[in-house]
Amino acid sequence: MKFLKTIQISALAVALSTAAPVLAAEHPVTGEALSDNQTFTYRVLDEFPTLDPQLVEETVGGDIVRDLFEGLMNQDAKGNLVPGVAESFTASDDNKVFTFKLRTDARWSNGDPVVAGDFVYGWQRAADPATASPYAWFMELTTVVNAAKIIAGEMPPESMGIKALDDHTLEVTLEDSLPYFPLMTTHYTLYPANKKVIDELGAEWTKPGNMVSNGAYILTEHVPSEKSVRERNEMYWDNENTIIEKVTALVINDENAALTRYLADEVDFTEVPAGQFPRLKKEYPDEATSVPRLCSYYYTFNLSDSGPEAFKDVRVRQALSYAIDRNVIVDQVLQGGQYPSFNFTHQKTAGFEIPDIEYAQWSQADRDAKAKELLAEAGFGPDNPLKFQMMYNTSESHKSIATVMAQMWKQKLGVEATQTNMEWKTFLDVRGKQGFELARGAWCGDYNEASTFLDLVTSGSGYNDGKFNNPKVDDLMAESRTMANPQPNYTMVEQIMAEEMPIIPIYHYTIAFMLDPAIKGWPYDNVEKMWYSRDMYRVAE
Amino acid sequence: MYPSTATVEGVAAAEAVKGRSLWADARARFFRNKAAVAGLFMLGLVVLFAIFGQYFAAWSNEEIDWSVLGNVAEAGRPSFETGHYFGTDSLGRDLYARTVQGTQISLMVGLIGAMVAVFVGTLYGAVAGYFGGRTDSIMMRTVDILMSIPYMFVLILLLVIFGRSIILLFVGVGLISWLDMSRIVRGQTLTVKNKEFVEAAVATGVRPFTIILRHITPNLLGVVVIYATLLIPLLILQESFISFLGLGVQEPNTSWGALINEGAQEMNNGTIWQLLFPLFFFIITLFSFFFVGDGLRDALDPKDR
Amino acid sequence: MTAFIFRRLLTAIPVLLVLIIVSFVLMFAAPGGPFTSERPLPPEVMRSIEAKYGLDQPYWKQVFDYVVGVVTRFDFGPSFIYKDRTVNEIIASGFPVTLTYGSISFVVAVLVGVSLGVVAAIKQNTWIDYFAVGVSIGAQVLPNFVMAPILVLVFTLWLGWLPGGGWNGGAWQNIILPVVALSTSFMASIARITRSSMLEVLNTNFIRTAKAKGLSQRRIIFKHALKPSMLPVISYLGPAFVGMVTGSVVIDLYFSTGGIGQHFVNSALNRDYSTIMGITILLGALTILMNLLADILYAWIDPKIRY
Repeated sequence: MKFLKTIQISALAVALSTAAPVLAAEHPVTGEALSDNQTFTYRVLDEFPTLDPQLVEETVGGDIVRDLFEGLMNQDAKGNLVPGVAESFTASDDNKVFTFKLRTDARWSNGDPVVAGDFVYGWQRAADPATASPYAWFMELTTVVNAAKIIAGEMPPESMGIKALDDHTLEVTLEDSLPYFPLMTTHYTLYPANKKVIDELGAEWTKPGNMVSNGAYILTEHVPSEKSVRERNEMYWDNENTIIEKVTALVINDENAALTRYLADEVDFTEVPAGQFPRLKKEYPDEATSVPRLCSYYYTFNLSDSGPEAFKDVRVRQALSYAIDRNVIVDQVLQGGQYPSFNFTHQKTAGFEIPDIEYAQWSQADRDAKAKELLAEAGFGPDNPLKFQMMYNTSESHKSIATVMAQMWKQKLGVEATQTNMEWKTFLDVRGKQGFELARGAWCGDYNEASTFLDLVTSGSGYNDGKFNNPKVDDLMAESRTMANPQPNYTMVEQIMAEEMPIIPIYHYTIAFMLDPAIKGWPYDNVEKMWYSRDMYRVAE
Repeated sequence: MYPSTATVEGVAAAEAVKGRSLWADARARFFRNKAAVAGLFMLGLVVLFAIFGQYFAAWSNEEIDWSVLGNVAEAGRPSFETGHYFGTDSLGRDLYARTVQGTQISLMVGLIGAMVAVFVGTLYGAVAGYFGGRTDSIMMRTVDILMSIPYMFVLILLLVIFGRSIILLFVGVGLISWLDMSRIVRGQTLTVKNKEFVEAAVATGVRPFTIILRHITPNLLGVVVIYATLLIPLLILQESFISFLGLGVQEPNTSWGALINEGAQEMNNGTIWQLLFPLFFFIITLFSFFFVGDGLRDALDPKDR
Repeated sequence: MTAFIFRRLLTAIPVLLVLIIVSFVLMFAAPGGPFTSERPLPPEVMRSIEAKYGLDQPYWKQVFDYVVGVVTRFDFGPSFIYKDRTVNEIIASGFPVTLTYGSISFVVAVLVGVSLGVVAAIKQNTWIDYFAVGVSIGAQVLPNFVMAPILVLVFTLWLGWLPGGGWNGGAWQNIILPVVALSTSFMASIARITRSSMLEVLNTNFIRTAKAKGLSQRRIIFKHALKPSMLPVISYLGPAFVGMVTGSVVIDLYFSTGGIGQHFVNSALNRDYSTIMGITILLGALTILMNLLADILYAWIDPKIRY
C-alpha cells in the first residue's frame, strides 16, 4: 500500500505541476505550509440515493451536494451566516419579506451565470408535486407564500412567493414572520437549479459529465456503492481560495472496517463506533474528537388509541423515564462524549437554554426511588408487572441502548420490556401507523433554532408519531412564531413535556470521529455539521 | 460444504441390498473409526454444555454487570473471581451464559432445520418415487425448478420485510435444504418399491400411503441419517451468515453466529475472548458433525477402504 | 444432448416467472415501501411518485408490464431509490465486479483444492495428509465474516501490503483479499471431496492392475485416476457456485467492492423492489446456467451418462 500511495502522490504531483495553476505553498490566511497532496478522502456509511439538491433527504448526499452547489447563504465554521451566491440581504420589519442581492460573478460549471431565476426555478421545483421531492415539506416549513398549497396540488408552482426582480435581485415573501429565515437558505433544498440542463437531460442530469453545478466542486466520478469523486470547479466565483483539489467519498458499510482502513491511512475521516472513543482518544489524542451535533435521542410512548392503556397514566411514563440512568448510557455504553438529557431540544441549539427541569436536579437514587413509588401508585408491582414492547431500528448502538434500558427497568422496577428490532423502512411504517408501544426516535435539527425540535410535539406535526396532544403546547408554539424572543415559550413547552413525559429523552448527540491531523479547517463548532471542503486544507507533514 | 449427492446415493443403493444385518456391521465399523468416535464424544459434550451449562453460570444471559459496563477490555476479562468464566460481551453481559444460550439456539436451528428438511424431503421423494409415471415427472421437474431459486436471497428478503422471527428462520433454512433430500429419497424409493415385501403389501390391498410410511421410509433410514448429519453443520453455518447480516434472533437471545460476529467486530479492541470462546464451540461442533457424518457414511458403505 | 440442453433451458422460464411473482407478492405485502420516510410524504407528492413508477396501476398490470419489459427489451426498469439510475445500470456496475473476483475465486478453489486433495490421497496417513485434512476442515468451518477482518488486520493494518477494501477498477491489489476470503472454504471442501474420491479410485481394480504392470505413479495418477475421481467434485460445483454467490454478500459488504451482493442487501433494506427483482432474476438465471454446465461437464467426463 505504501508503494501504491507513492505512485498516486507522484502522479498527482505531476498533474498539479503541469495542468493546475501554481498553488501557493502556504495557506493565504494562516501561513501554514501546505501539503503537495491536496486531497481529502472520507468514509460514508451508504450510497446516496441522489445528488439532486431538491430531492436529497439524507446526510451522505447532503454533504456532497453542499460541495457541488451553493445556496444564497452559507455557514462558516462556527455556524454563523456568511454570504454565498447572495452578497447581502435585507429583511422587512415584520420579517416577512426578504430581498437577496446576488453576486454578479457567480457561474454554473458550464459558464452560465447564476441568476435569480435559477433560485425561483429551484424552489418551485422543490415544492412542485410533479418533482415528487421527499423534502418538499421543507418548503412548507419556510412558510414561503403558497408553498403549502403548491405541495398539496391546490395551486400552480408559479404562484410561489418568490420573485426575480432582476437577474441579481431575489425577493421572497413569507406567510409567517421568520427572523431565522436566511439561516434556512443554507439548506440544500433551497439551492438553485439549472432549468436548461434539467429539462434537457431529465433524471440523468445528476450523473458525472452531465451535472452542471455552481459550487466549489464538480462531480467527476461515481462508482455506485464504492465511491464518488469531486474535483475543483474552475468556474466557481471563489475558486482561487479553494485549496483541496479532490474529495473522495468511499462507501464502507462496516464501521469497524472503516476504522481499520482509517488506521491503515486509506481514509482521512471516519466516525468512531460506539464505545470505542475513550480507547482511541487515549491512543490517538490528536485524531479522535467528539463535538456536539444537533440531534436528540429519545423514546416515544404511543399515546394514541392504539397505545397500551398503562401509558395513558402519566405516573407510568414518569416512572419509566426516571428509572433510566442516562449517565450510564452516555458514559459507559456510548462513551463518545454525548450529553445525558432530560429535555428534548439539543442543549447546543442557538439561543436555547436548558430550562430548569426538576427531575434533572435529583440524584439517580432519588429518581429510582420516586419511580418505584409512582409505578406502585399506578398499580403495578411484583404480582402485576408492567409489560410492553420497545421497538428500535437495526443498529448496534440502538440495540445496546435498548438492552441497557430494558435491564434498568427490569432490575429497578421489575418491568418486562420486550425488544423488537426492525429494519428502517418497516420501523418507519409501523411507527408512522402507531403500531408500537414504545419506540425509539431521534431528530436532527433542520436549522439551528429550537422550533426545529419543538414543532414535532405539536399535534399537527407529521413526525409526532406518539400522538402527544396538548393544546397548550400547540398554542405556545403557534405564538412563538411571531415573537421577537420566543425562548420563554420554548422553555414552557419543555417544562410541560418534563411534566407530561410524552417522550423519554435519553441524550443529545455528539459526533465522535477520527480525522487526519494534517487536515485543517474542519468546522468543529458547527453544530449542524455543515462542512464545506473548500474551507479545508491539508498542511505539510 | 454440501454432502455429495452421488456418494450418498451409492450408499443407499448398497444398503438396500444388504438388509438388516447391516446395522450391526455398521455399528462395529463406526466404532472402529477413531475420528468419528471422538466427534461423537465431543458432540455429546457440547449437547451437555447446552443443556446443563446454565446451572453453572454465575450470571444470567441478559443481566448486565454494571461494574464492567464501559470498561470491558479491563474489567470484563475471563475470570473466576467475577464469575465471568468466559469474560463479558461489550455490554457487560456474561459471555459464558450467553455462549450456553447461543449454543442452544444454534443447535436447535441445525436440528429443527434438518428435521424440516428430512420430513418434507423424505415424504416428497418417497411419494414421487413410489407413484412414478407422470406424478413423478411433475414432482421432480418442480424440484428442478425450485433448485434454481436463489433461496438465501429470498430468505434475506423475507427476514428484512417481515422482521426477524425464529420460526421463519427455522423453517426458512429447513426449506432451503429439502430439495436434495427429496432427490436422494426418490432414487432410493425406486429401488425399494420393486422388492417382494412391497409387492406383497400391494397384493394384500394395503393403501399406498400406508405402504410408503410403513414399508418404504424405514428402508430409507440409513441414507436419511447420513444426509441429516451432514446437513446440520451446514444449517448452523447458514444461521451464522444470517446473523452476520443482523437478521438472526432477537435480543436478549443470541446464537453462535451473532456472538462470533460481535466478537469479530471487536477483534482489534482488546477483547479477543469475545471472538474466541464462541468460535471455539462453533468450530469443534462443526468439526465433530463432519467427522461423525463421514464416519457414518464409511460405516454404512459396504466398500471397505 | 442438444435436446437435453434445450429442455433444461426451458425450465428457466417457470423459475424466472416464479421469482417475479414471489417478488411482487412480497412487494405488495410488505409494510413500508421505498418511499416511506421519516415524515410522511404529502398525498399529492405520493400520488405523483406512484404515477411515475407505475405503482398506481392494478397489481396484475404492474406484473404484466414488468414481464413484458424484461422479455421484450431486457429492461428491468428504473431503480426506486436511486433517482438517476436504472436497474440495468446498477447490475452493469455491480455484476462485473462480482463476476471478476467470483470467477477467480472459483478457479483458485478448484485448482488448489484438487491439488491439495490429490496430494493428501497419494500421501495417505502421512503428516502431509493429516496437515492437508486439518487445514481443509479448519478452513471449511471458519466463517468468512471472521476470515475477512483477520485478513484486513494482518495484510492492511499490520503489514501494509494490500488495501483493506474498495475495488479501484479491479486493480490486482484490491482483488487478492476478497478472493482469499471467498475461496478458502470452497477450496477446503473440494480438497476433502477430491481426497476421498481419489482414495476410492486408487483402490479400484483397474488402478491395481496399472500398478502391477509397473506404470509410474505420476502416469497412474494423471492418466488414469484423476479423471474418474473428478466426478464427485463436478457434482459439487453447482452447489459451490450457489454458495459463492451467497458468500459474495459478505465479501461485498465487508470489502465495499461495489459488487452485486452489496447492492442486493442495500436494496432489500431500502425496499428498492425493482433492483431486488433484477438481481434475483439474474442470479436465478445464472444458477440454472451453472447447474447445466456442471451436468454437461459430468456427461463429458463420465461416458456412461446419457441424457
